[in-house]
Amino acid sequence: MRAAAPILRLAGIRKSYGAVEALKGIDLAVDAGEVVAVCGDNGAGKSTLIRVAAGALEPSAGAVEFEGEPIALGSPLDALRAGIATIYQDLALAPRLTIWQNVFIGAELKNRLGLLDKRRMRVNAARYLARLRIELSDVNRAVERLSGGQRQAVAIARALHWEARLVIMDEPTAALGVTESARVLDLIRSLRDGGTAVVLISHNMADIVAVATRVAVLKTGVKIYDAPLGDLTADDLAHMIMTGTPPAPRA
Amino acid sequence: MARDENLPTLRAWLRPTWWRRSMPQTQTAYVALAFAALVIVVWMLAPVFMTPRNLLNISKNFSFIAVMSLGETLVIISGGIDLSVGSVCALTAVVTMMLMRFFSATAVVNVPGATIVLAAILALALASLIGFVNGLLIAGLRLSPFVTTLGMLSIARGMTYVLTQGRAQYPVGPDIALFTRLTNGAVLGLPPQLVYLLVIAIIMALALRQLVWGRHLYAVGGNMQAAALTGVRVPRILISVYTLSGVAAGFSGVLIAGWLGAAPANLASGYELRVIAAAVIGGANLAGGVGGAAGAVIGAALIEVIRNGFVLIGANTYWEEVFVGVVIVLAMLVDQIRTRRLF
Repeated sequence: MRAAAPILRLAGIRKSYGAVEALKGIDLAVDAGEVVAVCGDNGAGKSTLIRVAAGALEPSAGAVEFEGEPIALGSPLDALRAGIATIYQDLALAPRLTIWQNVFIGAELKNRLGLLDKRRMRVNAARYLARLRIELSDVNRAVERLSGGQRQAVAIARALHWEARLVIMDEPTAALGVTESARVLDLIRSLRDGGTAVVLISHNMADIVAVATRVAVLKTGVKIYDAPLGDLTADDLAHMIMTGTPPAPRA
Repeated sequence: MARDENLPTLRAWLRPTWWRRSMPQTQTAYVALAFAALVIVVWMLAPVFMTPRNLLNISKNFSFIAVMSLGETLVIISGGIDLSVGSVCALTAVVTMMLMRFFSATAVVNVPGATIVLAAILALALASLIGFVNGLLIAGLRLSPFVTTLGMLSIARGMTYVLTQGRAQYPVGPDIALFTRLTNGAVLGLPPQLVYLLVIAIIMALALRQLVWGRHLYAVGGNMQAAALTGVRVPRILISVYTLSGVAAGFSGVLIAGWLGAAPANLASGYELRVIAAAVIGGANLAGGVGGAAGAVIGAALIEVIRNGFVLIGANTYWEEVFVGVVIVLAMLVDQIRTRRLF
């Protein structure tokens, strides 16, 4: 499986805020087509780690490699241009703009005259959503009229437009009901099946067990576990997060 | 994968029917309907309303406000507000008059038309500089648009009084006739201010709809953080709209001075509220991300028809302000009802 270089490799990442060391040398590698769940209790360092990978935070020490090449992520835009799209909890969508307008914010398509090519943007937005197997009957609808799950789809469609090879999702189901959560998990599977690497931050152990191919557990800035999901259950994960000890191998 | 099977449905998405198009257009449609209804009511109550003379009068009166409203609408789309437009309008008007007098005493006077053209260009440069400073303070130092432009309202009005010592300024020199023709004559039988307004509105509508700049402006107003995250140059967009608002206010000032044949120091006092009201009635949303050129023009026209209607009908004109206020609130209500889909 790991023939080529991983899509993303974080090596020895440290981050200090004054005297507090939030990350104490974290290594993490993510391959294409993998869904890596990063979990841990509040204060474990998940958000800090993710913000480093997203280009929103510069690490105090350590290296970031993208597709085998060292990369300096000075800003989220650098990361996006490189192929790392981060879908934040607040989704960073413009509610009063339409679906297609949101998909193409900052990356508008132009025709030969340099004018906006709205037709192509509408068609492509619909295609991205179709690729995610999402049924949104009208790409001209304002995002504020969409459900939480549909909004996630719009955010992911934007990542597809930027040709992201790694999508980082921060608590994508936190604000959603059961049906909507299931939809978002389907979206994550669609991304994975399309060869996109996904890093998933979640407090919801059931979600992790449902979609992750690998799990990394952080505790007080240290990675205490990193292995394929295998037959780990939600209870095993919760136990590990609370106690900091990996589950005993099963007979 | 299943892409091609989806194409028929995709086709259906290409051309949205008008009531399904993006928000600004629909709000404008509602206001246009209200405007048409108002025109019919006023016409029925006062038949003199539809005479060419009265329509000419209305179109002159509302053009000044509408030009400023176009600039204001850009600022409101960005999620900001520009309270300095009335003062910038006055300052530009008096500076134009003073420069005209200045140039009339120099060699420039020998070139036909040069005194007014130079004076107007320099005064408009000043107006754009004021707008630019507004934008720089708001985008660069992240000051609140309300407070920044409130300060500029006071500064520009104060400068107007300082420069003029409170005295009205008049056009001077050989180009007075040209100035009057450009601002108060007739272009194809239409008042020039209306022609300028329509040209500016069409350019603005095209820029908002067809240029990346327009798309970015709506994105900045819709969610500034999201726009910045995907590489929209937010400060540049903000500075551009405040600068354009300054220029629009200044241009309106030059037009008013030409129409009045003078630039009093208290010119356009309190206009900022009428300008903002016109933009809001036309569908610009103070929360940002929504608005358009047609809305600003129709909003300004609607207010003027109310004013004119009160006069023609012979109603107590003190009620006019109350009525305009009710229309503002109604416009917001319609906007709310539409976006929440209450019906």
